Amino acid sequence: MTRIAVVSAGLSVPSSTRMLADRLAAAAVAALGPGATSEVVELRGHARDLADHLVTGFPGTSLRAAIDTVQNADGLIAVTPVFSASYSGLFKTFFDVLDREALAGRPVLMGATAGTARHSLVLEHAMRPLFSYLRALVTPTAVFAASDDWASEDLAERIRRAGEEFAGLVARSPRPAVAPDHGFVPFDQLLAGG
Amino acid sequence: MQFGVFSVSDITTDPTTGRTPSEAERIDAVVTIAKKAEEVGLDVFALGEHHNPPFFSSSPTTTLGYIAAQTQRLILSTATTLITTNDPVKIAEDYAMLQHLAKGRVDLMLGRGNTGPVYPWFGQDIRMGIPLAVENYALLHRLWREENVDWKGRFRTPLQSFTSTPRPLDGVPPFVWHGSIRSPEIAEQAAYYGDGFFHNNIFWPKEHTQRMVALYRERFAHYEHGTPEEAIVGLGGHVFMRRNSQDAVKEFRPYFDKAPVYGNGPSLEEFSRETPLTVGSPQQVIDRTLSFRDYVGDYQRQLFLIDHAGLPLKTVLEQLDMLGEEVVPVLRKEMSGGRPAPTHPRVEQS
Repeated sequence: MTRIAVVSAGLSVPSSTRMLADRLAAAAVAALGPGATSEVVELRGHARDLADHLVTGFPGTSLRAAIDTVQNADGLIAVTPVFSASYSGLFKTFFDVLDREALAGRPVLMGATAGTARHSLVLEHAMRPLFSYLRALVTPTAVFAASDDWASEDLAERIRRAGEEFAGLVARSPRPAVAPDHGFVPFDQLLAGG
Repeated sequence: MQFGVFSVSDITTDPTTGRTPSEAERIDAVVTIAKKAEEVGLDVFALGEHHNPPFFSSSPTTTLGYIAAQTQRLILSTATTLITTNDPVKIAEDYAMLQHLAKGRVDLMLGRGNTGPVYPWFGQDIRMGIPLAVENYALLHRLWREENVDWKGRFRTPLQSFTSTPRPLDGVPPFVWHGSIRSPEIAEQAAYYGDGFFHNNIFWPKEHTQRMVALYRERFAHYEHGTPEEAIVGLGGHVFMRRNSQDAVKEFRPYFDKAPVYGNGPSLEEFSRETPLTVGSPQQVIDRTLSFRDYVGDYQRQLFLIDHAGLPLKTVLEQLDMLGEEVVPVLRKEMSGGRPAPTHPRVEQS
């Protein structure tokens, strides 16, 4: 079974960020075929836990579950509103507290929303470098939705194309059996400088 | 089973009065705390090592030597000694010297430190933290066991025919605990040598403690030092007590809310639920401490953190009274029977 995690940093209810996240998830699940499921993590619900994590260095129980959802997924769809010419602080905080290896080699589909299309390069200038640093496999197509796009059929086409690219990456990138932080080096190797 | 206290030597403003103790006051206070620990019947006093404000304890063997001269029974230890940025030769010399002066009442806990710039300040690279801990300890281990050492490594200048003096008292090196919160390499190191493993068991959820101790026990047996149950485990703990539980919470809350490590984050109640922090009556501290065995098994040393976050000396001494009179006697009774922590032959087991 293929499991997709969907992280939405939308703050309002209803949220166009969540709406885009749901559309991207539906496109990905459709392209992945039967047996694929998606699970949404709404960061708003973890806002205080994320701030606490910055202070204490460990996640509370419900944030732990959200992190596990992302770490154990076969791929990640990550969508943020644009705040001050970049991803929102809430969105960034989640990836700040995620294990640095958690997304290494994992397929990622990025989305962003804003009032106008003038912010669309946030995807390329802010989000893509973030996921490159985390060594994720990011789809060539990322989806930006300005308010006006919700009246455009082009948006649906971009979502469909992004979903297919993402599904292709997921199919080619099976999860490794062991989580990266569970391995350890035997002492003779440590002594030898390894 | 040993019981004691450990101090990180922070100089912190008392949030209830706005008063910050001077270095001189805080240094005197820590000496007073150590002497009081012996007076109330505790076994161990351990002191941290830091090289930056707001901590004073850059030179633990000086402080511990001074305390050794004023105590008779207390075991003096560290929490932790920096195996990464200290020269292992100097550690070998300093702690052997302390061991002689204290007539064997010395062990030490090795750690890597938690302040990034300490590495460059001492000419090291923080990315080499684990390799430094591994190589430096390999040398320290030999210096205390071999008279003449020829040695060459990656980090330190080579040695030819080097003899570390004084030799360990009666030829018995100080016992070593390796401390780490979540680096499996350090649990592996402790297991490899058959040394002790200490988990600070504070500030973090118990799952970290559980996972690291389990790994250490398994590897201790792998290296044929004994069964997993025979591995030598120490734990920290973080407590504040008043006779009445509500009074403890009320008095400690302003310190908790502003504490350097976790302040301005989760509430006292959340933090008490998620980590081993216990703020309440002596009975609650007893119950919580007894529950540590549920996730690490029988263990050999329990150290409590009681003097940080700006708590005044008077309050800390009251905490020691309660530990000595009410908490530790019960814990000693309940937790007796396991393998004792290794000590120098000159030290009587309590």
